[in-house]
Amino acid sequence: MTTETAHEVGRARRRKEDARLITGQTNWTDNITLPGLVYIAFARSPHAHARITSVDLSEAKAAPGVLAAFSGADLAAEQGGLPCAWPVTPDIVMPNHPPMAVDTVRYAGEIVAAVVARDRYAAADAISLIDASYEPLEPVLDMEAALAEGSVKVHEAGNKSFTWPFGNGDIEAAFRDAPVVLERTYRQQRLIPCAMEPRAVVCAPVGDEYTMWSATQIPHVLRVMLALVTGIPEHNLRVIAPDVGGGFGSKLQVTAEEVLALLLARRLGRPVKWTESRSEGNMAVHHGRDQIQRIRIAAEADGRLRGLDVDLLADMGAYLMLVTPGVPLLGAFMYNAIYKMDAYRFSCTGVFTTKTPTDAYRGAGRPEATYAIEHIMDDLAAHLGMDPLELREKNWIRHEEFPFTTISGLTYDSGNYEAATAAARSLFHYDDLRTEQAERNAAGATVRLGIGVSTFTEMCGLAPSRILGSLAYAAGGWEHASIRMLPTGKVEVVTGSSAHGQGHETAWSQIVADELGVPFEDIRVLHGDTQVSPKGMDTYGSRSLVVGGTALVVACGKVREKARIIAAGMLEVAPEDLEWDAGRWAVRGDPDQGKTIGEIAFAAFAAHALPEGVEPSLDSDATYDPDNFSFPHGTHLCAVEVDTETGKVKIRSYVAVDDVGVVVNPLIVEGQVHGGIAQGIAQALYEEAAYDSSGNLETATLADYLLPSAADLPSFTTARTTTPSTGNPLGVKGVGEAGTIASTPAVVNAIIDALRPFGVADVPMPCTPERVWRAIAEASAEGVAR
Amino acid sequence: MKISVNVDGVRYDDDVEPRLLLVHYLRDQAGRVGTPIGCDTTNCGACTVLMNGVSVKSCAVLAVQADGAEITTIQGLANGELHPLQRAFHEEHALQCGYCTPGMIIAAADLLRDNPHPTEEEVRDGLEGNLCRCTGYQNIVRAVLKAAGSAGVTA
Repeated sequence: MTTETAHEVGRARRRKEDARLITGQTNWTDNITLPGLVYIAFARSPHAHARITSVDLSEAKAAPGVLAAFSGADLAAEQGGLPCAWPVTPDIVMPNHPPMAVDTVRYAGEIVAAVVARDRYAAADAISLIDASYEPLEPVLDMEAALAEGSVKVHEAGNKSFTWPFGNGDIEAAFRDAPVVLERTYRQQRLIPCAMEPRAVVCAPVGDEYTMWSATQIPHVLRVMLALVTGIPEHNLRVIAPDVGGGFGSKLQVTAEEVLALLLARRLGRPVKWTESRSEGNMAVHHGRDQIQRIRIAAEADGRLRGLDVDLLADMGAYLMLVTPGVPLLGAFMYNAIYKMDAYRFSCTGVFTTKTPTDAYRGAGRPEATYAIEHIMDDLAAHLGMDPLELREKNWIRHEEFPFTTISGLTYDSGNYEAATAAARSLFHYDDLRTEQAERNAAGATVRLGIGVSTFTEMCGLAPSRILGSLAYAAGGWEHASIRMLPTGKVEVVTGSSAHGQGHETAWSQIVADELGVPFEDIRVLHGDTQVSPKGMDTYGSRSLVVGGTALVVACGKVREKARIIAAGMLEVAPEDLEWDAGRWAVRGDPDQGKTIGEIAFAAFAAHALPEGVEPSLDSDATYDPDNFSFPHGTHLCAVEVDTETGKVKIRSYVAVDDVGVVVNPLIVEGQVHGGIAQGIAQALYEEAAYDSSGNLETATLADYLLPSAADLPSFTTARTTTPSTGNPLGVKGVGEAGTIASTPAVVNAIIDALRPFGVADVPMPCTPERVWRAIAEASAEGVAR
Repeated sequence: MKISVNVDGVRYDDDVEPRLLLVHYLRDQAGRVGTPIGCDTTNCGACTVLMNGVSVKSCAVLAVQADGAEITTIQGLANGELHPLQRAFHEEHALQCGYCTPGMIIAAADLLRDNPHPTEEEVRDGLEGNLCRCTGYQNIVRAVLKAAGSAGVTA
């Protein structure tokens, strides 16, 4: 018997997950209800910076349906501090971060009190009865001002958290006598991740054991951290991430609300639930980006790069959260991108302000780096009068040069920038658009055409543990998988990588189907529960397939080897005389004699006649730690039409050619690319977390924070080239962040390309019609309009 | 206040607070948790349901306003077999995390009732009130256009 599953990898399988998602049978955290469940609501600071003078809970406690109310002072002895797992320098300033503020608040939205009540309406009513008094302090809102002598201090130790220097090569020599030096300052605006599912937590105590359901990306990390923060023994904690509605980094966090839910469940001895409102979440979920990037590039007159010098100011916000300081440093290795150069210097200073803390947001450090290098490459091409693709080709690593160790010290295992760029160029009709652009410029058209280029790469597959250790990150970067062969031949796959929309249940089934030769339908993937999947490092950094997928392959290999020995006993031959063929161990030279993996699984279950010393189980585990990162790349080209009278930008066409290595499921890959591009476009054109001069978030609702709708986005043309990664047996590279990393510079470069004839050198993001119009007006006022 | 509402074919007679939002009534009292909540300003559309056949954001309707109404949620859309839009969303990979999906499918059903053969632009404009953070909308648009051509879509 042979099965039809030999080539599951590469098939556009429709997702297993969809059945529950399209019928409303999904198990979101907020859907969970338990006997005796009570509801938590939080009171939050209306001030960006203030001393708490009193928190009067008496009226709230007396309100109908209220079980209890707490201030920070009530919990001070037991609440510990929220963890930061990435002390990037030995002298980093890492202030204590109480889950509930005790004496000082440092951003608008910080928790100052909690109410527990019988239902969510009663809890919300009681919050309005809390009388909290503050002595306002001056907010600290500007990074440069925060670092100036005499600035108001966010924390006693000052407003600088760390400075992290990095570099390679003789940077002085690279810039000395360089024929061309460009210097630019770019601004990465502050963004709000806005996963569609707001955060929610349910926590149930049973004796001294606690089960927490949380809308989290990281159930395993959360369990360890909850134990460390609260002192509750790790083995008494179970964390479950049920269906989770998107994360984009925002749920890669150990939150105040999770810690407080656990503490309040312990105090009250009954199950508690908290679900945030969107306007609460926009203030309290960590934000992303927010950097000032000073970048200098040195080149020869022919465009060959000599050196790159990058200085960052990165806004930490009010506190360091789980990986806050490490986020900008992930970009440190990516500024040099796909280009060869003689020297590179990087420095990043982390700055405290009285704003919501920042942390990982889709791409985490890499979109910032890619934006800056791809922007300045376009600027350099314009300065030299070269085509931007020609400038890139002159500097990129040629496909025959791989593996290639870059100036930042990473070894790119594979890539083919020529192939991806050629494909993108052709799909985009690059030359035709350039011709049309020239015609419009010559005619002095009102609506100009701009073409933006982004030839990006990124580091994925986080991460080799030894590298994380060398960067002072507290944990490893491995991933775990278990394969459980059931007696009836069905397979349970347990993965430590906790999905929240990525489609693991489908893609993992495809991989295991190929590895074990069992039908796709016979495989069930389990994840997101520390009791079911006890080991894992969870999902972020485009790591799941590269690291978790490889763990599956290794575990399946162990299952096959165990099966071989049992099959040899069943067939009365030596194990060496068997060969594996599509789900079956068969006798070499006599293929009719063989046993399927299902037959072997049943034999192992019955265990009546196993070879001497063989355990009655095929189940196998693997924990895989990668040797290297993976390096997806691609060429994205964007054409925009800019109405120079109104400033309105319309994306006319967008072509993305991505090389993510071997593709397990093209449907899922295409979906990730689409969504990623949309999120990068959102940064380029629409989104910004804005604060007023008192430090209040002006974009706390989705009426003010502009997530693009279907009407705001075009259709994208996507295609792929395939250069397998050599770093893992699947040849995969990761795709979760690619689109977001690539698209922001493609769009902004296109806008500037359209406006260069007016003397416009840059437009700050988001490039709203007003900003585009102003950039044109200001450049014209300077008399450079042609 | 006493209300009588038909939700997905079942009649519920309940006593509710006048301020109770329909979405909270559906989720917390009727137990129809298939309709999720994504925001508090009626922008995201995740909680969209059909009220007497017309799509409404159930966070913008009071439970008492639904007295006497017939509500269809994502859980009541399939009639023995999947609704053509549910099938098309699956076939065209029009969802990732799936949080916006119930509202998106219900809004699309209403769109196709009004305009059985929309253009791509009409679909994009018609779904403007429903936000998705995962898909970039391309496959959602594709799914709606596909379902528009199939039988039973307006049923």
